[in-house]
This record gives sequence, C-alpha cells and structure tokens, in this order.
Amino acid sequence: MQRNLTAVGCDGTETKMNALNHTSAKTSTVLTSVLFVAMLGMTTLFLSGFAHSQTLHDAAHDVRHSTGFPCH
Amino acid sequence: MVTSAVFAGLAAGLLAALLHFAFVQNLILLGEEYETGAMVHFGGLIAHDHDATEPMTHDHDAAEPAAPDAEAPAGAEAGHEHHHHAADEDGSPLQRNALTVLFFVVTYASYGLILAAGFGLADSFGKTIGLREGLLWGIAGFVAFQLAPAMGLEPELPGTMAADLAARQLWWWGTALATLAGLALIGYGKGVPAYGAAILLLALPHIIGAPELEGYSGVAPPELAAAFAARGLGVGLLVWATLGALTGHLWSRSATV
Repeated sequence: MQRNLTAVGCDGTETKMNALNHTSAKTSTVLTSVLFVAMLGMTTLFLSGFAHSQTLHDAAHDVRHSTGFPCH
Repeated sequence: MVTSAVFAGLAAGLLAALLHFAFVQNLILLGEEYETGAMVHFGGLIAHDHDATEPMTHDHDAAEPAAPDAEAPAGAEAGHEHHHHAADEDGSPLQRNALTVLFFVVTYASYGLILAAGFGLADSFGKTIGLREGLLWGIAGFVAFQLAPAMGLEPELPGTMAADLAARQLWWWGTALATLAGLALIGYGKGVPAYGAAILLLALPHIIGAPELEGYSGVAPPELAAAFAARGLGVGLLVWATLGALTGHLWSRSATV
C-alpha cells in the first residue's frame, strides 16, 4: 500500500523536513549506543579471552584454546 | 540492541560448548597428557621443559603413574613462554566444564554485542540488516576473529611453545581489526580505491607477520595438533554463522535500537 504524503493542505515537504531532523538527532543517539555496545562487547571479550589474571585464565582455559585466542 | 545480541550470544555460546565437547575437548585433554609427560610421543624424546620456578599444576588422578617430567632440565627454552597447563588445578571435571560453558557464552555474547554495534552503525548508514546479512556478517566475524589470526598464530594445543604472550595478543587484535575493516570495505565500499585498500588491510598483518619462535618443540603428535586446529576452526565457522544469522534476525525483529 502506498503511503499518502499529499494530504489536504500538505505537500509532504514538512513531513520530509521533520523526518530529516528526526534522523539527524536519532543518528547521534544511535552512534552513542553503538560505541557503548561495542565497548561493552570488547570489555567482556577481553575478560574471557585476554585478561592475564591467573583465575580468569584457568577458568577460561579450554575456551581460549578452542577459539584460538593466544593463550598462556 | 543489547538484548538481542546477548540472547543470540547465549544460544551461540551453548552451541559452541556442545560442539566443543563433541569435537575438541578430548583433543585438549589428550594434548595435556603429552604436555605433562603422562604420555610420550615417539618423537618426543627431548625432555619436556617445565619451568622450574612454577609449581606443577596438572592434577593427575592419584591412580596414574607419576609423570616423568617433574625434573626436566630447565633453561633449554629460556625466554620463551611455556604452555604449562594451569587450568582447573583444584576443580573437578564438572567444574572445569561448567566454566567452559560459561566462558563460551561470555565470549559469544561479547561477539554478539560487537556484531550488534556493527549493525547499528550499518543501520545509521541506511543499510538494512536481517537474517541473510547477519549470516554474512557472522562469517566475516569468523574470518576476522578466528581464521585470519589463525593464519599467523596457529591454534595451540596445550603443550605448544609459542612466542611472548603480549606480542601475540597485540598481533591478534591488529589482525582482527584490519581484517574487519578490509571485509567491511569489500562488503560496503565501492570502486577501485576501496577494494585496493581492502586488499591492503587484509594482507598487511600477514606481511608484518605474527610473532613466532625459531623452530618447533611440540611434544604432542602432529596429527593431534592438526585435528585440533581443523576442528576448532570448523566449530568456529559454524558457531559464528549461527551467531550472525540469529543476531541479524533478532535485530530485524526489534523495533527499537
């Protein structure tokens, strides 16, 4: 079904402008959450695969070998 | 973004654990038998070199004959990191395997989060992500995070000697990031410069070369190490493909970021 952008008294321009502004604001929010999620993933990946702590190493030992993280 | 990634990571981590126990774990345990000297490969006549300053950590069953490697001469491999087995020195096999399942889930949930962050970035460029795109991203993730690093740093059976850990970890990260960037350029770039840069990024880590030792000192049979490497990579591909497809699918279903 086609969207009706030509309602009475409206040529669609306003909708477009609003959409653009909305997109711009949304993009910066998205980039913030992208950065946050990426950092979160990197941090937990570091703990499971790379941290030199003996306890973490021992606990994750078989996983580190199996997934090919540099181990020991 | 976080919920779908963690859920997909949980599922992929459980699959990884299942496949690991089916294909890989017995090879690790066998490798440890050779590492401690409980078993000796016919070619492994050169004494296994345990670092004398470190305690023996392999917890053999008391019923087994004493491992003959306790007094191996030290110093032959001075300066090299030695792959002593330190995992689970106090724990039961059940505890060890439970931790393995837990850390598979943590690892693949982490990869799921990184994938979801990538999806968010692609989305902000107007790229649609669904199951099929997710599958391709997952395979690309496998190449960047497992296959390309393995081209330089072969998967290590316990007992393998290898170069300095920090240097290897640095190369691993450089390779993963360069490969990710190269694959992203192939997938979403356009024109000769993009593809040229992609090829350069993909090749660069291997031109620089991974840190490695001169010579080989593995104590396990080469067949064992080969099977371990091949199976680890096979399991990795399957799990990454699942993770990517699932994360992509859940991503396309979730209305909000």
